[in-house]
This record gives sequence, C-alpha cells and structure tokens, in this order.
Amino acid sequence: MTDAAPPRWSRKDLLGIAELSPPEIQLILDTAESFREVAERPIKKVPTLRGKTVINLFFESSTRTRSSFEIAEKRLSADSLNFAASSSALTKGESLVDTALNLQAMAPDLIVIRHAYPGAPHMLAKRLAAGVINAGDGAHEHPTQALLDAFTIRQRKGRLAGLRVAIVGDIEHSRVVRSNVHLLSKMGAEVTVAGLHTMMPVAMDRLGVKVTHSLDEALEGADVVMMLRIQMERQEGSVLFPSIKEYFRLFGLTTERLKRAADDVILMHPGPMNRGVEIASEVADGPFSVILQQVTNGVAVRMAVLYLLIGRQGEEAA
Amino acid sequence: MTERRNAPPEPVLVRGGRVIDPSQDLDGFYDLLLEDGAVARLDERIEPVSGVREIDASDLVVCPGLIDVHVHLREPGQEYKETVETGTRAAAAGGFTAVACMANTAPVNDNRSVTEYIVAEAERWGYARVYPVGAVTRGMKGKNLAEIGDMVAGGAVAISDDGLPVKNAELMRRALLYARHFDIPVTQHAEDLDLTGPGVMHEGEWSTRLGLPGIPGASEDVVVARDLILAEDTGGRYHVAHLSTARSLRMVREARARGIRVTCEVTPHHLVLTDKAVSDSAFDTHTKMKPPLRSDADREALVNGLADGSVDAIASDHAPHHPDEKDVEFSLAPFGILGLETNLPLCIEKLVRPGVIGLSRLVELFSTGPARCYNLPGGTLKVGSVADVTVFDPDRAVTVDAKRFQSKSRNTPFGGWKLRGVAVVTVVGGRVVEVERRT
Repeated sequence: MTDAAPPRWSRKDLLGIAELSPPEIQLILDTAESFREVAERPIKKVPTLRGKTVINLFFESSTRTRSSFEIAEKRLSADSLNFAASSSALTKGESLVDTALNLQAMAPDLIVIRHAYPGAPHMLAKRLAAGVINAGDGAHEHPTQALLDAFTIRQRKGRLAGLRVAIVGDIEHSRVVRSNVHLLSKMGAEVTVAGLHTMMPVAMDRLGVKVTHSLDEALEGADVVMMLRIQMERQEGSVLFPSIKEYFRLFGLTTERLKRAADDVILMHPGPMNRGVEIASEVADGPFSVILQQVTNGVAVRMAVLYLLIGRQGEEAA
Repeated sequence: MTERRNAPPEPVLVRGGRVIDPSQDLDGFYDLLLEDGAVARLDERIEPVSGVREIDASDLVVCPGLIDVHVHLREPGQEYKETVETGTRAAAAGGFTAVACMANTAPVNDNRSVTEYIVAEAERWGYARVYPVGAVTRGMKGKNLAEIGDMVAGGAVAISDDGLPVKNAELMRRALLYARHFDIPVTQHAEDLDLTGPGVMHEGEWSTRLGLPGIPGASEDVVVARDLILAEDTGGRYHVAHLSTARSLRMVREARARGIRVTCEVTPHHLVLTDKAVSDSAFDTHTKMKPPLRSDADREALVNGLADGSVDAIASDHAPHHPDEKDVEFSLAPFGILGLETNLPLCIEKLVRPGVIGLSRLVELFSTGPARCYNLPGGTLKVGSVADVTVFDPDRAVTVDAKRFQSKSRNTPFGGWKLRGVAVVTVVGGRVVEVERRT
C-alpha cells in the first residue's frame, strides 16, 4: 500500500490467480474498494463501460456468480449478454472453439466463461482478441471468488498477511480452494487445508499450504474459516465417504467446534451451502458469518476486474 | 513402382558408413552389400561391381533397420486419421523399416482376414514392413479368445487388446497359455480402468495444481504386478507396452532376474517430457496420452532403465488423431500423439547427445531389441539376414514441423523443437525406399 509506483494492469485476460503477482492482486483489491460505494448510491450505475460488450458464457449452471457478473456489468453500463449452454460432450452441436469464433465475429470486448473442464478459458484466451475472464473452470481456478474472499477478509481484518486461514471440505474437486490457496499464500497468509483423505489431492502440500485431515486441528486458532461445499452430485456411486451423517460427524462445522478458532474468527462459504452437511445452520447464520457480505463484495470485485480489463483503453489513449 | 517391386531388387552397396550392429557387437567403418533381399557381405572394403547401386554413407551411421513395435495405422476403419500407406510412409521418413500395428481398427483385427489385409496393404506400398498385432479377445471385448493361431498364420506377431486391457485375470492367464503354442508374447497396455476413472493426466503435483482428474501410477502398476504373476505361473511371454512408471520398471527388472519371460518398451515422450508439460503448455491436448506423462522421478527411472539394460525397446505408440478431435477441451480430447517422424531425432538429441546412452545402445533399443521382443526378422546385419537397413545422420539439424509430416495427422507436442539426427535412407528387403524426407 506504500508501493512507490502504482502497479499497472497489462493482461488481456484473468484466467487464474496462479499467474498473478502480489501487486496485481493488490491492484484489483484496491480498485474494488473504489467501486464498493456504487452499490450504496440511489442510482447504482456509472458510465465506465458504456459501449462495451460483455458476453457471459456459462456452460455450467450458476446463479450467484452469473448474477454477480451481470449486475457488475450493468452497474458499469456495459451491454451484456447471457449465453447459457451445455458443456456435455454428448450434446450435439458445435465445438467450444467454433462457439468462441462465432461470438468473436460479433466483436465483444470481453467474454466471461464458466466451464466444467479445466483449461477451457485458456483455450478461448489463446484464440480470441476479446479478453477472457475465468468464472470457474472445473476444479482448476475461480479467480474472482478468491479475490472477493480476500477483499472480504481484508475488510474485516484490515490485512491478509500473517492471518491463519483454514479451508475445509472437498479440497480435491474445488476450484475455490486452488485460487484461494494461491492468492492467500502470495499475500502472506498462513493457509491450512483440511479434508477427508479421500477428498485431498495427492500433492496439496506442494502448493505451499499445511495439510491436515482433522477439522479440529485446522480450526485451532484460525482467524478465518472457509467452508467448502460438499458436492453431493459427485457422491453418486462414489467412494468419497459413506454417508452425510458420518461426514457431518467428522467434518461438519458446529458452534462447539468453532470455539477452537480465534475469538474474532470470521466464517466464510463460497456457496451454495449444504446446511447440515458441511455446516450447521446455527453457524452459517451465526455472529461470525460473513457469507452474505462475500456476496455483496463479489459485485465490487467483479466491477474492478471488468474495469481493469476493458475499462481503461480510452483513458490511456487520451 | 509396382513393376519394380515385382522384379528382384537390384544389388545395393552401402559404402563407407559407420556400421553399428549391436547383434554382433559391431561399431566401425564397413561396406555393406545387399543382394536378393539379404545381407550378402559386410567387410571393411568391398570392391565396386558394375550394376550395383551405391549409397555413399560417409559421415553417416548404417544400422539394422529401425523397428517400432507399437503404432496405430488406423486402417481399416479410421482412414481419416491414418492409413497403412501414410503410416508406413511416415515410418520410412522417420527411418523405420518395420512397424507393428495395434488391433484397435474398425473392424478390430481379431481374425485372419483383417490381419492379411493389413499385410497386403503394406506390401502393396512397400514403404516399410508391417507386422500386425492381433487382438487377444474377439472384438477386444475381453470375453472370448480371438482366433490367435489363424492370425499368426496370417502374419500376426503378438496379441494385445491394447487400450482395452485384458481385465479378467483368468482370461489373461488363458491367453498367456494359449499364446505359448505360437511362441508369441501377450502385450498388455497395463491399465486398471477403475483406478484411472475419469483421469486425464498423471496424478501428482500438476494434476493437483491444474484441477484435472489424475491417473495414478498404481493404475499401471497393479496390472503389471498381476500379469507378472500370471506370466510366472504360465511360462508365457509377456510384453509391457509403453511402460511409464518407476515401480512397474522395478517389477519387470525383478521378474526378469527371476527368469520370468518379460520384455518391455518405453516411448520417447515418456523419456523426454513430464506431467509438468500439461501446465507449461497451458492445457495443450498434445500433452494428453495414455499412459499419461509421468513425474520427473518416473522419467528418470525410465532413462536409467535404458542405460542399465532393463528396457528392451523404444516404441512410439504412434497414435494419429485428426486436428478437429484434438482441438477441444483437454478433458474431451482423445489420448495419443504421433511418434514415427520424431522418434529418432528426439532420442538422439535428448539421450545420445547428453551422453545418457551411446549410439550403439540407441540402435539396440530401436532395432535389435524390438526384433527380439517380437521374434522379428531384422534387427541385425549378420550375413544372410534380411536386408532391412537404416542410414542416418546423427548430426544433421532439424526443426520439427508437423505440417511437413508424411503422416496424415499432425498431433505432436514437439512442433518447433530443434533437434539433431535425421534418417537419410531406408532399405526394406534389399530395396531402397523412395520417400520424401522433408528435412
């Protein structure tokens, strides 16, 4: 925050947190700060992206992320278009590349893509002149989620560096955890991930985090607790855990267990929540929860990203 | 060309080359005379005779014809990817005089008529010998044995269900026993498909980072372990296709030491690339194949296996796919890459030049070794043996350019790589193969 030269944004795309530098992350968070107050105005709209076209290309169902992007786009006065498609390989129709080339032919400025498979946004970014924002690609990354999480933590704690953050749940299948691990480690937080052995990728420790298989150990002294959704759709015919009852007993977050955390712990969840699976309602709705604040901040963070990617060409030319 | 091929081949004198023949521990400067489809003389100096076609091999290496025992020619059935014609032309361009092709065609090569069709097609074109690998089971369905003896009579040299590995242990045991009648190996693409699950790359640090479903090394190892036990009990010959893990190699080494009849091949891509390539290339589908690119520790073990003799052959698993099939999301792309036109320069550049193995061991891995795995003619320049010869320049530079491949497909991760080592001439059955080598 006392950097001599303010960092500049020079990327066409936002594909992941892994490739961002700490100053770039800082820049997005600081920019989001200035957009936050737009939501508090009676007329929640600024002309920043007037004349810009943004396509929301969602190959996976999403309520929260898509609405958040759409609201961010509208508040910045961009023309936005929602394109829902199925990512099923068996669905007859054109390839992702063809879909993208067709959209490109309509000259959008930015494409926001959510896709079931890791690397799909990277594939588009390589081919398209338009910028690409990864709104979640399989279990790979979900950069704007990590950014809004960091924004929320910073808002509540005043800092990221030195905080003890516990991320708990289905680590293997979560894009949220990967983006968060990259972001929080880059910004100097101390991250512990916790989950069943059956939901922990083999080399998680190589990502610079502490790995534990005990919820209580992860919670001990934590400043931030981030619960991940157990993806029930993955459980069909699965071998990850035998029953919800047993999972909740091992890893469900209750008021009692949360007592191990710091007194001023904040509790986060990227949503959608499964009450009674990974988190008890009393905790989700309790005093430590900042879950709805995360959602509010999502809009400001996405406005910042949209602005940095396509909002400044005019300024720079001037 | 057809008329020419029906006439007996004219004598060929390969003059002044560095002859490397591991089958007789030979590495020196010799002249080589080929007559009537066989090696007629190998001497320090052979006087020129009129009417003999001379090939000047000064500064070049002359060796027994290279053999790739694991390719997919896609014919019959998937001619849009490759044909016997284009696949053998790619072989010739890459310095190979023979290939063994897998049975996963459409229809499957599980009967003599398909086997004979492939052999006849190869003979019609004359670019390289083709030795079909027949299916183990009918339709590669893993239920009933295919007509193995008939296929052997038609030219098959081994049996394998390749990408649909024999899962049923009892069936595998019977296949090993039955194959003994013909003294052919049962070749296994060792993979437990349950352990692979939805996996698309090696399970390790990079699958963790990229969020791609992983294929654990155990997926290969548990099948190799089981099969080695069955090979021990049956006395059958067992060949591990594209072995990719340190643990499988260790098991093969130990089994061989105990007298079990096992051989194995590794691919050039498993020797030079690791799972990190998926990340470095930002999800390039040309880094997707089975078995997947493994960890650096695995790669290192395979390289050591070349040097210490535990690996018998380098084979490419040349797997042509159409560009449209590869130009999709990583998870949806088919597994496999080309190999025939990059095998030799890759291995010279990445293994011989750094001193990991010598040229003689390279020739052994590409010729004498594979010939031994499948009991093939060739792999030697002993007088009287078949006149299959490769002449290559180990120093000539080449930049890999998929657009110039003889193969019908373009799926290589090595485009743009600057390598050294280029095939100059191949001779099949005493005939010099006419093929454009665009290097």
